[in-house]
Amino acid sequence: MLVTFLIGAISLGTVLLYGCMGETLMEKSGHLNLGIPGIMCMGTAGGCLGIELYLKGLADPAAANWFLLILLSILFSILFSVSAGLIYGFLTVTLRCNQNITGLAITTFGSGLAQFVMDTYVTRKGFGAAGKLISRGFVNDPNANGVLRVFFSHGFFVYFAIILAVIFTFVLNRTRVGLHLRSVGENPATADADGVNVTAYKYGSILIGSAVAGFGGLFYIMDYLKGSWENASTIEAFGWLAIALVIFALWKPNYSIFGSILFGGLSIAAFVLKGSSTQKELLKLLPYIITVLVLVFTSIRKKRENQPPASLGLSYFREDR
Amino acid sequence: MKKKTADRSTAPEQEPTQSGVKSRFELPFHIVKRPHIAPWKKILIYAIALVGGMLLSSLICAVFSKNGKNPLDFFGQLFNGSFGTPRKSWLLFLETALLLGASIALIPAFKMKFWNLGGNGQILMGCLCAYSCSYWLGGKMPDGLLLLVMFATSVAAGILWALIPALFKAVFGTNETLFTLMMNYVAAGVVLYFRSAWIKNGSGQFPTLDHGILPSLDKYSAALTVFVFFVLTVLMFVYLRYSKHGYEISVVGESMNTAKYVGIDVKKVVIRTMILSGAIAGMVGFFLIARTGAGLSDTSPNNMGFTGIMTSWLAGFNPLLMFLSCFFIAFLTRGMTQVRTDFGFTNSSVANIVIGLIYFCVISCTFFVNYKIVFRGKSGEKTDLDRKLANQVRGVK
Repeated sequence: MLVTFLIGAISLGTVLLYGCMGETLMEKSGHLNLGIPGIMCMGTAGGCLGIELYLKGLADPAAANWFLLILLSILFSILFSVSAGLIYGFLTVTLRCNQNITGLAITTFGSGLAQFVMDTYVTRKGFGAAGKLISRGFVNDPNANGVLRVFFSHGFFVYFAIILAVIFTFVLNRTRVGLHLRSVGENPATADADGVNVTAYKYGSILIGSAVAGFGGLFYIMDYLKGSWENASTIEAFGWLAIALVIFALWKPNYSIFGSILFGGLSIAAFVLKGSSTQKELLKLLPYIITVLVLVFTSIRKKRENQPPASLGLSYFREDR
Repeated sequence: MKKKTADRSTAPEQEPTQSGVKSRFELPFHIVKRPHIAPWKKILIYAIALVGGMLLSSLICAVFSKNGKNPLDFFGQLFNGSFGTPRKSWLLFLETALLLGASIALIPAFKMKFWNLGGNGQILMGCLCAYSCSYWLGGKMPDGLLLLVMFATSVAAGILWALIPALFKAVFGTNETLFTLMMNYVAAGVVLYFRSAWIKNGSGQFPTLDHGILPSLDKYSAALTVFVFFVLTVLMFVYLRYSKHGYEISVVGESMNTAKYVGIDVKKVVIRTMILSGAIAGMVGFFLIARTGAGLSDTSPNNMGFTGIMTSWLAGFNPLLMFLSCFFIAFLTRGMTQVRTDFGFTNSSVANIVIGLIYFCVISCTFFVNYKIVFRGKSGEKTDLDRKLANQVRGVK
């Protein structure tokens, strides 16, 4: 049972990890994006549309090629989530509009569009088979050693997320690009004076962040749920949790790996633990209550290195001073 | 241009510092901040954005319509859906009133830059308390008294849900945006918990109520709700504009430090304002349940907590202008249900897409309210800035 629980925690945690990494990247450039839930929905819709188009061209969905399936879903997912990110970026960076309001509008729009696309253009024929293919890991035998299964039974997207988190940590902390990105988030005027192209960095981080966040929704539908779909509001809820996770992980992608697995575990605790359905309803509150506790503790401790980027949420206009 | 620069940052091998040094392509205009703007210009800009957004939506709906409708039908059906019958008109005003309630609950907090994203949760807790009072006490006491109890507990629950994040914000500076957001999910979870604990048989849904229903003044029991929230909105305007509390709220919102220096107790203002916010949100919850005795669900607030954010922001945090913004959003929501059936869209999400698009247009128009685009004059032609500088120089001489 512990093995099932851990596998589930890592798997569901990956949904949050993608969202969290995307949001972290944006927040590092000073953009609090409340549109993450919408962007995750858009990524889902795009990815599923890509898979739908691919499967439509095949006679037998079971004959789908693993590589093409992953590649097409990623490409279409990026296409959708990045266009949502581009709207957000244009409104907040170029037009310097209020970030919170723009984010909420993106969430309304994105979840609506995703629902529309999923209900209208995605028949999900053969998605069960495609989901199985995408979630295929190195160890697929349910009788294999528990430790092996915990670490190697996941699909491509789980490892991809962890690799991305490691890369992001390295780039943010060890490279010039990361240094500039952080400086843009802390004090764009100083970065600008130093010759850093503030606009480019903001756009870059918003677009890459959107693409990464979009994978979260795609992973949830195609890998975690193996191709089934109810509505956009589940993904939205994950999006909000992912934003909270950014604070939990103290704006560090490497911490977010463990944070997301913990949150994943908390989210599925209700399904794994024994108890009446009434007690389980209370257990489902755990991730939210823990988030609140973490928010409170980080605000009480006020350690300097654990603070959000200084200019988070503020627009940058060069002539302001 | 923008796309190009964005791509550059994605290529880490390129030395980013160079991008600032390289002679770049120069835009034919530059952006200047407006110190102030004439009211008619502001109204014009907003009007253009709204009309533009609606035209865009109508085009998109027409393109994706399954029944081959044209953009003009979109506007026709929008009006038909909101004003077509007396019932539709009443529902439109009801929706406006409830949205107004949600917005005036949020507005005092927003004015002091407290991002209360927890409207849904606060309203839902109000719903829960009103519902459970009626569910357990209905029939055991006179209906008038029951209504009072329902009202009091809803308001108290709304206050509690707003007060928790407010206290932590005031004492520890805890991030209120995410705190209030999480409280939404906690509230929804609490409702689901009670549903699972109380409703053991049948559909597993909360049944509709028989007791504790507000008297209905009209056929659609909308008039009382409409009246209450319209009056409250005007009162909120007076409170924010003419009371000392309202003044303190706007000082705290403009600058926390100024507030401190002039001797305003910021903590007290934050807590007091959030109590007010929560109380009104709880009231909205009470009306949602007691208006018709509706059953409770975790989505009872119908996302008004978020819509309220947009409407109060659209109104520039002015309660009187909120009559317009709430009416407009309610008009769109009600009208879109008609457009949907007429245009052959099978799912309700189309309304969200259209509203989202219109939000984008209105949000982006704030750029033109706050900034001015000045085109670089041809050589010899002087720009505003040049003239200003020249005048200054002359003045010195």
